[in-house]
Amino acid sequence: MSFVKGLRCRECGREYPKEPLHVCEFCFGPLEVVYKYDEIKKSLTRETIVRRPANMWRYRELLPLDFPPTVGVDVGFTPLIRANNLAKVLGVKELYIKNDAVNHPTLSFKDRVVSVAISKAREFGFQIVACASTGNLANSVAAQAAQSGMESYIFIPADLEQGKIIGTSIYGACLIGIRGTYDEVNRLCSEIAGKYGWAFVNINIRPYYAEGSKAFGYEIMEQLGWRTPRHIVVPMAGGSLITKIWKAFIEFEKLGFIKKNEAKIYGAQASGCAPIVTAIKQGKDIFTPVKPSTIAKSLAIGNPADGYYAIKTMKESGGYGEDVSDEEIIEGIKILAKTEGIFAETAGGVTVGVAKKLIDKRIIPRDESIVLCITGNGLKTQEAVYGRIPDPVIINAKLSEFDQFLKERKKHSKK
Amino acid sequence: MGVTVRIPTPLRRLTKGLEEVKAEGSTVAEVIEYLDREFPGMKERICDENGEVKKFVNIYVNQEDIRFLDNITTKLNDGDEISIVPAIAGGVI
Repeated sequence: MSFVKGLRCRECGREYPKEPLHVCEFCFGPLEVVYKYDEIKKSLTRETIVRRPANMWRYRELLPLDFPPTVGVDVGFTPLIRANNLAKVLGVKELYIKNDAVNHPTLSFKDRVVSVAISKAREFGFQIVACASTGNLANSVAAQAAQSGMESYIFIPADLEQGKIIGTSIYGACLIGIRGTYDEVNRLCSEIAGKYGWAFVNINIRPYYAEGSKAFGYEIMEQLGWRTPRHIVVPMAGGSLITKIWKAFIEFEKLGFIKKNEAKIYGAQASGCAPIVTAIKQGKDIFTPVKPSTIAKSLAIGNPADGYYAIKTMKESGGYGEDVSDEEIIEGIKILAKTEGIFAETAGGVTVGVAKKLIDKRIIPRDESIVLCITGNGLKTQEAVYGRIPDPVIINAKLSEFDQFLKERKKHSKK
Repeated sequence: MGVTVRIPTPLRRLTKGLEEVKAEGSTVAEVIEYLDREFPGMKERICDENGEVKKFVNIYVNQEDIRFLDNITTKLNDGDEISIVPAIAGGVI
């Protein structure tokens, strides 16, 4: 059964029925799913959650489906690891990594939102799903549309990484590369969504889709032993994930699953596309859009849909925002791989780089718990580090050649 | 001076379902005034009480966001295409 009351405008509070709507007709504010928390509180307990299978549907009362999910039934419950090696390098005491680089089925946190969106689209009776994407969403929509037997149309900036292009087409999706930035793709898709009656997961299904991100937050709290971290660093593109993690913390507090929401939340962007961070650094409530130029293509959104709320969330929590250069992003990817054995995509490099900066600036203290959010897999954005890491050594299949190689290597390392 | 304006779904009730309308004006602001005369109520949906475009509304002239041009004083040429798009769409992480 569903605990969803309906949709409500975040700006003016007008209420709408459970339909594929995303914008308030009166003030253009975003619509958000409203739940019957009193009833959830009566029927859901921590014990019930713990007894359920290890996937994000263990929190199903807090997700906006009326029926059991029809795709992505195994999504979520990715590892939260204690990152002692990276903690040492960053000079902090208690560091964790929430690792959605190994989310199922397409190795990014997008599998969470898409399993909700496509299941919801089927509930609404749609035949065709679509999305505007910087890559990870494209992969996940293509894969899960295939799983659900639906046709998919996917729109991306034409210059995306190969891994993200192939990782979409392979599932039989109709992939359309647009000459332009994500913001241009997105504007076009808004117009397409208004013309064709498709389920655009991040446009007309958006209120439901975005709720899937909350599971990322629920899992962190459960895996930490039913508490929030004191500090959490989240990458920002459109700014939705950071607001939904915050919503998850607030909901668990409201339901009594955690004692108190003690988190401060920090947003991470690439310097080449940092409209949200720039606004928070300048103390503004409203961001100014930018033209993106960064290797972190998954975060290259110059006109972030949830930017306004992302700024509000950081301020409300007492957190802050920071940005890093392409050079620092690559360094971030490498350091995470070398210390913790996790190969994250460019967005992960942004998160690690920003965390380092905030710790060095003493904005994040060294002696309190910190969670870093890794949202995508490095195998998809190999171009970013290609040529920046050593090439393999090539030798013939002779023991003597290997002996010689090893001798020289030892000589070099002694120097 | 004639331009074409693409109307987003939430405003189509005002245009009686029309997805695209013709309008006149030499700036974006003038076009908004024109639309308000033709389809009363349009301006209060698009602009706030100070006459600025609301924060959840994006306006494009020939595919370019007017915040990269001269906002509502952006000058228009005959045949220009204007799109009104809700800000809350897309966005990933």
